Amino acid sequence: MTDIDNNNERKRALALHRTMLSIRRFEEAAEIAQRDGEIPGTLHLSIGQEAVAAGVCSALEPADLITSTHRGHGHSIAKGASLSAMMAELFGRVTGTCKGKGGSMHIADFSAGMLGANGVVGGGLGIAVGAAQGLRVRGSEAVTACFFGDGAVNRGPFLESLNWAATFRLPVLFVCEDNGYAAFTETARLTAGAGPAARAESLGIQSMVVDGNDVLAVADAAAAMVERLRREGGPAFIHAQTYRLRGHTIADQGAYRDAERHSRQELRDPILLMRQRLTDWNLSQDVQRLQVEVETEIAAALVAAREAVFPEPASIYAEVQDIGAPA
Amino acid sequence: MTTQTVLEAVRDGLAEEMRRDATVWAVGEDLHIGGLYGQYRGLISEFGPDRIVASPISEAMIVSAGLGGALAGTRPVVEMRIADFALSAIDELVNQIAKARFMFGGQARVPVVVRLPQGMVTGSAAQHSQSLESWYVHVPGLVVLAPSTAADCKGLLKSAIRCEDPVIFIEPRAIWQNTGEIPEGDHCVPIGEARLVRKGGDVTVVTWSTMASVAHKAVEACVETGTDVELLDLRSLWPWDTGAVFASVKKTGRLLVVHEAVQVCGLGAEIVATVVENVHGDLCRPPRRLGAPRAPVPFSPPLEAAYRVSQQNIEQAIREMVAP
Repeated sequence: MTDIDNNNERKRALALHRTMLSIRRFEEAAEIAQRDGEIPGTLHLSIGQEAVAAGVCSALEPADLITSTHRGHGHSIAKGASLSAMMAELFGRVTGTCKGKGGSMHIADFSAGMLGANGVVGGGLGIAVGAAQGLRVRGSEAVTACFFGDGAVNRGPFLESLNWAATFRLPVLFVCEDNGYAAFTETARLTAGAGPAARAESLGIQSMVVDGNDVLAVADAAAAMVERLRREGGPAFIHAQTYRLRGHTIADQGAYRDAERHSRQELRDPILLMRQRLTDWNLSQDVQRLQVEVETEIAAALVAAREAVFPEPASIYAEVQDIGAPA
Repeated sequence: MTTQTVLEAVRDGLAEEMRRDATVWAVGEDLHIGGLYGQYRGLISEFGPDRIVASPISEAMIVSAGLGGALAGTRPVVEMRIADFALSAIDELVNQIAKARFMFGGQARVPVVVRLPQGMVTGSAAQHSQSLESWYVHVPGLVVLAPSTAADCKGLLKSAIRCEDPVIFIEPRAIWQNTGEIPEGDHCVPIGEARLVRKGGDVTVVTWSTMASVAHKAVEACVETGTDVELLDLRSLWPWDTGAVFASVKKTGRLLVVHEAVQVCGLGAEIVATVVENVHGDLCRPPRRLGAPRAPVPFSPPLEAAYRVSQQNIEQAIREMVAP
């Protein structure tokens, strides 16, 4: 590596690490706020899965689009959504990304190309493919990335959307973020065949399996796939194997989990792995600086969320529909 | 004025909107050969395969294409082939399309038209004949239209395509070949206004879609025997024209709602309840509903005949309502 390459590589690694830290600290702060009763409802946390969101979104441009899942905080942050607007949304405040109408499961930031988390498993797959079809009508060159979990591959929309994208050669990057569990069940127990990538390959979609806890590996895979989508059209498929360090929801203690596997995976925390790598590259000082920066941003987001007002009850009727809206 | 079939009118309506706005496109099965009924005939040669998208049989993905396409800044027209098949995409319609604007706090607009050719045609039986408009009216976020004439089908389709809200556009598949006069020029029908088919003073009949054409014949027969019936074709089911219905009931004091759908929890129940809540003092008779029995649509001709709301059923109900 030349010096410049080295610098670029370091900058990229630090940026990826920073994104993962933002996601982790955002979710840890939200977890505490939920337990303290400041955030209503439950949360689906992606703690342990940050490398997938950070790695994939590092390959996207602002004009590119993503769809997400019920576990969507990480994807939103990685695509550039505002931390303070997201936190305010979790708090149910009018300054939230969705004016307090959506909450965690419907986080969206269209200004960042983030077309929404989704409360339905597999709900984002078809939307991503449809968005790609719409972009084609508009003559846009943008690509669409679609995050979904390992549970979604057993739902019908998985087949419908992959077949459609392949048939029409739409530039969609399918990202199966495999955290090992479909809600409270180990996915492997109830999933036939050789895995998600094999299903995609059976439809002629070029696929890769990557270590979803290695952010550089995810970023490299995504960059290669996105570059190919822009050059040749699509779709493409990444199976990112990661692990959910928290429960399905915030209330879930994970009693069904294999304890040995869990302990092993705790040592493969993607942030720990990346921090070790950055330390090996003599970048400990940069890591500490990033931690302070992120901490400051999260603290500010929390303060802003707490200070923001709740929406007016009358806003229930706003944005339902223009024609035939209730009086 | 030109005379066209319903089918020709809606084909021209879509083509006009696609010429007017390059972000309008259509997606559904067999559209490359004009769709199941020919309502897209010839459009692919004018607009090409990127705007007349012939899809696989993938209802969930067809509806998702509409939603995703709308979120990406276009105005998709989604063809469901037969209304019953939309049930394979009910999550996409109810959980996604109807709610996207609200749950994302107004960031998203979903200007999608979902076309549902609906209703009984001879021998189509239980899974190709249902009328489920009241389901869609129940779902916040959706506009629901169900016109019956060639002019209204064209004019409301054009308005639906220009509408910023998602529209469920129910088409009267049993009467595609009915003809009607189409006004010249850019003919748009406003959403939310009933069509006064016939003015009368004795009894108000409210109906829509295919039943409007059946009810029209029944009303003419009753008029011949001296009953002065007022007939309203609602056209727009959400929002529906409460003003026109209330005004008519205030005049006649009698209300009969006729629909092809199962009577139980059909839209007739909502209309009657709304009338009773608002203008009960003007009613001189209990309002009535005519709908299908609470059974799946049967196949065998005698069963089918017994199941249908017929012209005779409507005539009889009208006569009973004006009997002393």
